[in-house]
Formats: sequence, structure tokens, C-alpha cells
Amino acid sequence: MESVKLFDLAKTPLREVNRYLHRDAAGEGVARVKILNADGAHSIAAGVHVPLEIEIDGHAGYYAGGMNMLANITVHGNAGPGVGENMMSGTIRVEGFASTAAGASAHGGLLVITGDAALRCGISLKGGDIVVGGDVGSFSAFMAQAGRIVICGDAGDALGDSLYEAVIYVRGKVRSLGADARFEPMTDADYAAVGELLGKAGLTHDPKTFQRVASAKSLYHWNSDANQEY
Amino acid sequence: MPDFENPERLQREESSGYDRRVIDYIQRASATGLYEIRGLGAKRPLPSFDDLVFLGASLSRYPLEGYREKCSTKTVLGTRFATKPIELATPITIAGMSFGALSARVKEALGRAATAVGTSTTTGDGGMTSEERESSKILVYQCLPSRYGFKPDDVRRADAIEIVIGQGAKPGGGGMLLGQKVNPRVAAMRTLPAGVDQRSASRHPDWTGPDDLVIKINELREITDWEKPIYVKVGATRVKHDVKLAIHAGADVIVVDGMQGGTAATQTVFIEHVGIPTLAAVRQAVEAIDELDMRGKVQLIVSGGIRTGADVAKALALGADAVAIGQAVLMALGCNSDSYLAGGQHVSAVEDYARLGTAPGFCHHCHTGRCPVGVTTQDPVLEQRLEPATGAKRLTNYLKTLNMELTTLARACGKQDVHHLEREDLVALTVEAAAMANLPLAGTNWVPGGDGERGKT
Repeated sequence: MESVKLFDLAKTPLREVNRYLHRDAAGEGVARVKILNADGAHSIAAGVHVPLEIEIDGHAGYYAGGMNMLANITVHGNAGPGVGENMMSGTIRVEGFASTAAGASAHGGLLVITGDAALRCGISLKGGDIVVGGDVGSFSAFMAQAGRIVICGDAGDALGDSLYEAVIYVRGKVRSLGADARFEPMTDADYAAVGELLGKAGLTHDPKTFQRVASAKSLYHWNSDANQEY
Repeated sequence: MPDFENPERLQREESSGYDRRVIDYIQRASATGLYEIRGLGAKRPLPSFDDLVFLGASLSRYPLEGYREKCSTKTVLGTRFATKPIELATPITIAGMSFGALSARVKEALGRAATAVGTSTTTGDGGMTSEERESSKILVYQCLPSRYGFKPDDVRRADAIEIVIGQGAKPGGGGMLLGQKVNPRVAAMRTLPAGVDQRSASRHPDWTGPDDLVIKINELREITDWEKPIYVKVGATRVKHDVKLAIHAGADVIVVDGMQGGTAATQTVFIEHVGIPTLAAVRQAVEAIDELDMRGKVQLIVSGGIRTGADVAKALALGADAVAIGQAVLMALGCNSDSYLAGGQHVSAVEDYARLGTAPGFCHHCHTGRCPVGVTTQDPVLEQRLEPATGAKRLTNYLKTLNMELTTLARACGKQDVHHLEREDLVALTVEAAAMANLPLAGTNWVPGGDGERGKT
């Protein structure tokens, strides 16, 4: 029988829990960990680098699953700023809303937010995938370098400002695009990508209802005639 | 007697407001429509450690035997929260400089030299290379706004983490690496298209102010199981506020980088007009630490224009625990030298400087990636001009020299430990330096701009 290790943050200090996840879980052959009474604690399950199924009950504070590698983490609640920041691999699923900078600088893995995500979702993204079931706030995908962001709802202002090679798929309205971001036609590869990511996130929207936003690449090189309109 | 009637006589009165330098600037701007970008640090004259002198021991103080008695240079950083503080044999460390700005060979040379003298070296914007990790016994890993190449495995294999808020050459600005230096390896490490003019973010992506920084530092502590010291580096501007906020946020070590600090590529207007001199910054940083009663708990590293053992000794006497050196380290490797070594022979690099429109002694063209001596380049031919073993030897010599100068001065002031140097050992030679450092003008009891109490800070 698969054992589930239980922690209650009302009783056990976070430092001990994280240390267990980093150092002991793999050695003990534990594959599933459940963390109760998250109660807004910061940095829950940050820095995990082994394959574990981690469930967090309650709302998580800042940086839940920060720098995650290999673990699959589910937050049964909302997540504070920087959920999944700089994650490398694995999956983080927020069954609720996410605050600012969700998935900031993520290099890999998949971040799913079933509700809305606030400002700067996917900022400086470096290769991870993000699927947001609801809306995203302004300046989402700011300077995103690589990876994909699927937005099932609306986007705020300055979507994709100063994008590099990351691609955004958005289903709802976009209040405004950021500097150097532009709408581009969807190709079959784009429809397939959206379908694949929606499937992984457990969402059933029709990929045909999404638009593609990517970089016009006009900021890639200095240009004295560009008049610095950004 | 000049012949004022001579029609051949040249009028040569140069305007101080519109001298040749300014005319050149205006005409360059009108020709290009872009600001100048360059490397290294502020070139203008500034009050500096050169404006201070030590009061050696005499009748009222007892000196140490200069060549016989021991003088400790051991330095420990990160004693506040980290369970594994950094122990160095010298207070002279190597400042953060990126792979990208520097070649992998140079990073390797820095690591080898740092290891040889028992000090630390530091990564930069763009991640950790295997060359520098393997060659550096003690490696500080920077966490920058761009997070280029920032990886949890590297966090775990670092010896300390340095959160970079700003840098002395450009407080408030992000990194910059022009396309000619973004070769395929640099591009891959930074997840950028090769050849792009990379302009990094100036703000961190996942926190915005001091209250968030508390939480960010805690996250890094959680990730590293509270083992590794967390440094916070600020460019010197509102130093007193920034140092207090960084201490409040939980930093183990504060790095304050004055405006003389270098850069690989930044707008000249930024380098010369933003930030305060290192001399003024040290004094404010130490005041902030003292006002929070954190002396001995939080350590201070000072950087920006540290060149000599005297600079190190003065920084320590003013209250720093260590210094970090960037530009001078590059110069030790050959930056601005007229030649480079190939097969043990000096080969002139003068023509290559000329191709950049400059000459040895004046070059600040790090941003071009065409470094004539193979230091600040990613070019496969030019980078061969710096041989890691030779570079490491030169840098080891330089760091040893500084350490010897430092202990010479400390012994002269009667100290068995360089960390015992104190403000009371110093006076200032200029009114400006006296006011900035809050020290008396030499030969007087006058502390301009302060409250008149010597040694208050």
C-alpha cells in the first residue's frame, strides 16, 4: 500500500516539512505527502527536487512550490505571489486563484491555475508552460523568453510586453498588448499546442477559440530610429 | 613675449563647459542618435580612499613588528542566520561578473586564483558555469532581476546566495549585454536568441519591495535548508535606508557597491551621473549597521574602485568586513595592457585597441566583445589570448600583494588582526573626503558636515 506522509503546519514548523521534502522523503520511499493547515504560510514545498505527489490543503502564501523540480504539487486553495517561481519541471496545480507573478521565470514544467491569475503572470518565463482557467492581470508574460501561456479568460493591459520567444494563447479579450507584442495567425501547430495544454490542465475549451500573441522582435536590436516608444 | 600682432597666432582658449570631451559627446550623439554605452566604471574624479591617510603607531600607540609578528586576515561572512558561514583567508573577495561579459576561461582563472588565496568568487547575470564552479572552492551565486540561468541545482551547489538589487555603476538599471557577446553558449544559458541585444530587467520578477524581500530571502533559506548565507547587494544611492531595509529583510551580509564600480556595458550617462562614491557609501552603510546594533552580526562587503591594499585597509578601518574587487581583477589579468601572452611571448595588442578606436590605458570597450587582451570577450579567437593558468597566476600575485599591503598597514597601526583597524586610525586630506567619511581633516579636529564628534560612527 502506498504510504501518505501527513504534516500539519499548525503543529510542525515549515522548516521541518521542507527539509523532509528535500532530504528524507525519497530515502523513506514516500511518494505522497499531504500538508494540512497551510493557512497562508510562505514557501511551502519550495525547492523540492525529487518526484513526489504533494497536496497542500488550504491557501498557500508566497512562493508555493518555488523552484520546483520533478514534484507534482496541488494547492487546494488560492496561492500567493510567485507560485511556482523558477520551477524547472513537474506540475503545480492551483485549484483556486493565484496572486501576482505566478510562474515567474519558470524554466520548465506545467503550472495550472484553475481560477484567475493576477498581475505579471508568467513574467520572465524561460520555458515553462502556464495554463490559466480564468483571467490574467496586466503585464502578464512581461519579458517572457520561452515557454507557452494559455489564458482561457481575458488579459489585462500590456499583455506580452517586451516578449522574446514565448508564445501566448488567449481566448478572451485583451485590454491592450505591450510593446513589441502582436497578434499572429494560429497555425495547426498552435491549435495542437493549445489542445495539448488544455488537456493536461483538464480543461475542455475549443482550441479554435484562442488567438496567438508573440513577439514582433522589433526590440531585439538597438535602433536609433525606433524613437524609444516603449 | 607672444606676438599678438602675428596673424598666424592660434587662439587656444578651451571652454571649460564645452571642452573637447563635451564637443565630442555632442557630435557623437548627433551622428548616432543613441547614447554611448561602455564598460568599466565612473571616470570622473571623485573623493576616494586616496584622500585618507593612516595615523601609524608612534609614542601613543604600539606598532607590531612589520615582518615578524602575525597579523590575521581571516574573515567570516554570514554568521547571522546561516548554519554554514563563509570562512575566507582574506577579506579581499572577487566581485560578481557574468559569464557573457567575461569568457569561460576568465571565469576559470578567477576561480583558480580565488581558491589559491582562500577567497570567494562570484557569478553574475547569466548563471553559473561549470568552469567557475569547479575552479572555485567558495562560490557566491547571484540571484538577479533577470534570473538568466538561475537554477535550483546551482543554488544548492553554491556556497552563498547574493540577491542583487543594484550595482554601483548603474543603481536602478538592469544588465546589458550587446548582441556581439551573446554567442550560442551565452544565449542558451540565458534562454535568449543568439545575437540579441540583451537588456535585462531592473526589477525582480517575483517581489517588489522590502516587505516582499523578507519573504523572498526566507524562500531561499527554505530551499537551502538555512545553510547558506544570503547576501544582499545594493548600488550606493540612499545607502542608509537600503542597508537598514536589507538588514530588516534578513540579510546575513550586505554588499554596497559605490559609483566607481564597474560594468560590462552601461550607458555612460548612467555610469557617471547615478550613485554616490564608495567613500561616502561605506560611512553610511556602517552607520546604518551600528544604528541597528548589528555590528558583528551582519557583515558588510564594500566594492567599487578598490584597487590597492591601502584601499582595502581604509575600507576595513571605516567598518567594512570585506571588500569585493572587479575591475582591478580584470586589469590584473591584462585589461588595458599593451600586450598579451602567447606561448610565453608578449604579443602587441596595440593595433587591436586602435581598431576599437582607443589605446591601452584608455580602453573601456568591454561592451563590444572585442577585448584586445581576451578578457571581456566571447570571440573564439580573442578569448584564447587569456590562458587560464597564466591569468590565475597573475591574479594570485595581485591578490597576495594587496593582502601584504593590508597587513603592512594594519601592523603599522598596531593591529594583530586587520579587522581591528578602526576609524580612529584615519584622517582625511581633503574637506570633501573628511565630510563624506566623517573623519577629521588631517592636522585638525575639524569634521566638516558631521556633528563634530570624531569617531561617532
